[in-house]
Amino acid sequence: MTTDAARLNLPPGSTDGASLLTRLRRRNWFPYLMTVPAVLVVVAVVIYPMAYSLFVSFTPFHLLRPETTSQFVPAEMFNNYARLARDDVFWRALWNTVLFMVVTVNASIVIGFGLAMLLARMTFAMGPVRVLLMIPMMFAPVLIGFQFAWFFNATVGLVNNALLTLGLISQPIAWLVDEPNGMISLMLATIWMTVPVVTIVLLAGRLSLSEEHYDAASVDGASVYQRMRHITIPQMRPFFIIVMVLLSLDLARAYDIVRIMTDGGPAHRTELIWTYAGQLAIRNSQFGMASAMSMAGVVLGVGFTFYLFRQMMQLRKDMG
Amino acid sequence: MTSSAPTQPTPVEAARPRPTTRRRIHWRDIGANWLAFTVIALLALPAVWIILTAFRPNSEVNASPPIWIPQQITLDAFGSLFGLNPGYSTGVPVGSYLFNSLAVALLATALSVPIGTAAGYAFSRFDFVGSRMLLLLLLLTRAVPGIALGLPLFLLMRNIGLVDTIHGLAFVYMALNIPFTAWLMDGFFRRIPRELDDAAYVDGASHWQTFWKIDLPLALPGLGAAAVFAFLAAWNEYQIASIMTKTPAAKTFPVGLSDFTGQFTVDWRGMAAMSVLMMIPAILFVLAMQRSLTKGLTFGAVKG
Repeated sequence: MTTDAARLNLPPGSTDGASLLTRLRRRNWFPYLMTVPAVLVVVAVVIYPMAYSLFVSFTPFHLLRPETTSQFVPAEMFNNYARLARDDVFWRALWNTVLFMVVTVNASIVIGFGLAMLLARMTFAMGPVRVLLMIPMMFAPVLIGFQFAWFFNATVGLVNNALLTLGLISQPIAWLVDEPNGMISLMLATIWMTVPVVTIVLLAGRLSLSEEHYDAASVDGASVYQRMRHITIPQMRPFFIIVMVLLSLDLARAYDIVRIMTDGGPAHRTELIWTYAGQLAIRNSQFGMASAMSMAGVVLGVGFTFYLFRQMMQLRKDMG
Repeated sequence: MTSSAPTQPTPVEAARPRPTTRRRIHWRDIGANWLAFTVIALLALPAVWIILTAFRPNSEVNASPPIWIPQQITLDAFGSLFGLNPGYSTGVPVGSYLFNSLAVALLATALSVPIGTAAGYAFSRFDFVGSRMLLLLLLLTRAVPGIALGLPLFLLMRNIGLVDTIHGLAFVYMALNIPFTAWLMDGFFRRIPRELDDAAYVDGASHWQTFWKIDLPLALPGLGAAAVFAFLAAWNEYQIASIMTKTPAAKTFPVGLSDFTGQFTVDWRGMAAMSVLMMIPAILFVLAMQRSLTKGLTFGAVKG
């Protein structure tokens, strides 16, 4: 416990020879008091329910059969997980989720970075452009879902109407039904949601870089590519990490979009882990199965976020 | 909302070529300008289309072949939302949804901002036992997707009669907002020089007095930003609300939107009108804090 003294905000040397009681009394309780309400509330509303969910995932809990609530049989506790492992739809949903995350994260960052680079060189009309850029940010994910459900609608949708009017297609395309159009439509809608945030953060990052490096580079005759590769991208690393963190939080809300546009259908073609868990619980009342499914998804999401936050904390420490 | 550090160049000012760096106007710059403008206009197009739809008569919205250029502007859709058109009503209790959403979002914000700010202050000023772990743990709770959390919450709150109530939902949103508020305020407090605290301590101020009289007033812009984020998060939330609310007594705006989708028909214009109503707080906030928004999202990453 010797390292504690340094962490407790005590004057150096004050714990020398003091008894445990004295040390406790001298300990600065203020930060603990300030954090207690936050911790209590988060434990009550997030930690405890998730622990309960973990328990439910080991039971055959079915909402309409109350007797299944506490049917915890140690020998059968992994039944739900075993059933999931044999469920083709689950593997399909898992694959779709990973594909969805990888494509949307990368596409948003590439598009957002390109836009930010263009905007950084912009010399006129910055005001209107910035307002235009922020318009998608005013839409809640659920609104984005409805909006794109309408646009991609086969008969009355904007996309088909425009393509037909322009004469690019002669038959309406079933955007949300056919494969792989369904996944593509969902990804487009999600990318539309995330690009403005990415652009704004990366633009702020680009504008915060000092011009000195660029001046030095141009004296040395560095090419555009070299400047990008050796100055812009390395210096903007903290901003890329912020973007990743924001994206990881945004993508958890992408469920809204998918839920509204296709709800995983038709025939599980656009099924994600979250839509499948929702269906198991809400439509089939199979809370045990749904909880097991949630756990698989939580491990995926929390793992990814944990990694990103660790990196960000390290950067924060490095930079003071 | 004023920006927290008015002396810093805003992105707009910084974007203009500084007088010291000589940069000739190049055809490539002009090309880049137009390219950026076009891409961003294309990005904004879907949103503009939705807003436009809300102000057009039904005959134009559903016309086939489509009418691209609006011929008529009308507030009809909003009238029918609130049952003001005698001939036609959507039958959706928009009024109660509006009230529920406002009540839930305001309640959640009013509770989460003080609690989150207190925690954020502790994280920014004290390196106490387990503080880094605690902040990480708080932030990780945000990575738990709504549906994964909504299912057990539904089961637990059903037992204590909090399902389908405004205060039950507000309580959940309060908890969900606390980690982000703490993280945001931690960043804001870290920008306030510690010398101010030390001066207060020398004068005999307690920790609480230093927080309340010195640091909190200086972090007021941050408090505003935190409140806006908390309000919008609660206002826009769908996953948990869709599980926890079932009747007009507690259903919020995002959940109520589905009322416009019938078995075979969808009232797209009604939905567009409701979307516009739902966007009003976001529009106001985004316009008000255009400048500080970026700072709110990026500080902590770089010094100063």
